[in-house]
Amino acid sequence: MSGPVRHREDRRGIALQAGAILILLLLQFVLPDYHHTNVARILVLATFAAGYNLLLGYTGLLSLGHAMFFAAGLYGAGLSAQHLGLPMPAAFLAGVLAGLTFSILVGLVALRTTGVAFMIVTLMLAQACFLIILYFNDFTRGDEGFVLSAEMRRGTIFGFGYDLSDPNVRYGLALLLFAVASTGCYRLVRSPVGRVLVAIRENEARTAMLGYRTFLYKLFALGLSGTISASAGAAYGLLFSYVGATFASIQYSILPLLWVLLGGAGTILGPLLGALLMFYIVEFASEQTSSYMLVVGAALLLLVMFFPKGILGTLRDRYWRWLP
Amino acid sequence: MTLLTAHGLTRRFGGIHAVENVDFALGEGEIRAIIGPNGAGKTTFVGMICGRIEPSEGRIEFAGADITGLGPWDRVAAGIAYTFQITSIFRNLSCFENVALGVQRSRSHRGGRWWPKRAEIADGVAASLATVGLAERAEQTAGSLAYGHQRLLEIAIGLALAPRLLILDEPTQGLSDREIESFCALMKRLSAETTILLIEHNMPVVMALADRITVMDNGRILAEGTADAVRNNPRVREAYLGT
Repeated sequence: MSGPVRHREDRRGIALQAGAILILLLLQFVLPDYHHTNVARILVLATFAAGYNLLLGYTGLLSLGHAMFFAAGLYGAGLSAQHLGLPMPAAFLAGVLAGLTFSILVGLVALRTTGVAFMIVTLMLAQACFLIILYFNDFTRGDEGFVLSAEMRRGTIFGFGYDLSDPNVRYGLALLLFAVASTGCYRLVRSPVGRVLVAIRENEARTAMLGYRTFLYKLFALGLSGTISASAGAAYGLLFSYVGATFASIQYSILPLLWVLLGGAGTILGPLLGALLMFYIVEFASEQTSSYMLVVGAALLLLVMFFPKGILGTLRDRYWRWLP
Repeated sequence: MTLLTAHGLTRRFGGIHAVENVDFALGEGEIRAIIGPNGAGKTTFVGMICGRIEPSEGRIEFAGADITGLGPWDRVAAGIAYTFQITSIFRNLSCFENVALGVQRSRSHRGGRWWPKRAEIADGVAASLATVGLAERAEQTAGSLAYGHQRLLEIAIGLALAPRLLILDEPTQGLSDREIESFCALMKRLSAETTILLIEHNMPVVMALADRITVMDNGRILAEGTADAVRNNPRVREAYLGT
């Protein structure tokens, strides 16, 4: 009978998810300062990767332009704080809304294509966004970017004072963002909607013949993926006080792809694991040599050779079939 | 009562007339077989009925409503399910997940909920799998099933859609004699609840199951009638049976 088996799998999945968040919660009390800040950054980047994973891992759409969504959040939040003087929570929401609107618009255009054409269209749109940011240099400060003042990053919400330059506040908020995003993704992929997304990944034509309007589901997936990525971008700008065009460059479209492939596309904790490992591989390699990208390249080569489905994807195939 | 009618249905691929000016009517509760040599236009014809292929000309009515302009998703909602000629299950998903996709579709938007409850999905899946005899294999990955079982899973997915019309494209292809026997028994049971339209090459299956037979050749309907009438039709003998 399938009922009990499925419940057991669910319980394990939920336990793993809760366990991972609990560990991250406790980790902040033992981490040295330097790593404390790193992990806070990684949690925001892992949120970006979780958004990316929803599209690549669960819906089977490979985007080469996710930097535009990250940047939509980053600039949506950063510019509205800088130029409109919005307080931090409102600026964050502005970033998320910018990402939502933008990703739906992009979806309406880009989802008319599939496969390689989809990759090229997203790549092209992201490059256009990058160039637009540079073009409106007066407003965005282009490549150089701008820093949000310490003044701006303080305030009160519901009577509580906050200060985003406090490392503990930053860590807490980064963890909250990641926990909400990844738990949300977990719930989604276990829901009937998630089942349809996975079906689209596996065989879109067949899914349409089962009575699903696949375009709308893909638009939903892209919209949510873009919005989660934008929320990571908004958080990144506000928590770490810097907004610059680098985050809209091609590099930030490729990075989430690498994190997700390393950790395991289509696994819930893969994005976190991938972002964490890649961050520290780069960190370690750049201490040893100036050509640290060589080490990253070698790591990716090994990954493709021995873990083609990423670390958690391979573990799921070999040992833990229940892994969400 | 007539469930499905096609008027002047035509499909051209470039200069080729795959289906040409076909008029067709199917009664509710019937088991109808479409036979004909390869390239006769059978798959194109049912493809137009289920919405996979757009007709060049003509009109299709289902349960009294014109469905010619509807997408495949709306036709599924109207009650038409199609199972593929080439097994087209979701190979990397479990049998449960495969069938659940059909169950949650046919039971969505019921009782004020967007989606059925999990328990309801599980019950629906169990029922569909039990009907085709795959209940024990719910958690098995679909791609690892034996070929005959994959065909049965394909049918279970179709059944999960709770269709009024189930279209099967060469369902017995590649099955063993014993599997064909149980397939025929299954179809007879199903025909109590749903209308069945099948494309089939295996003549004993057609003779055993079909109430009426439609013979296609060169994109047109050559003959239509009971098994005996078709068998004795001289034009059919000439075109199809080769004698």
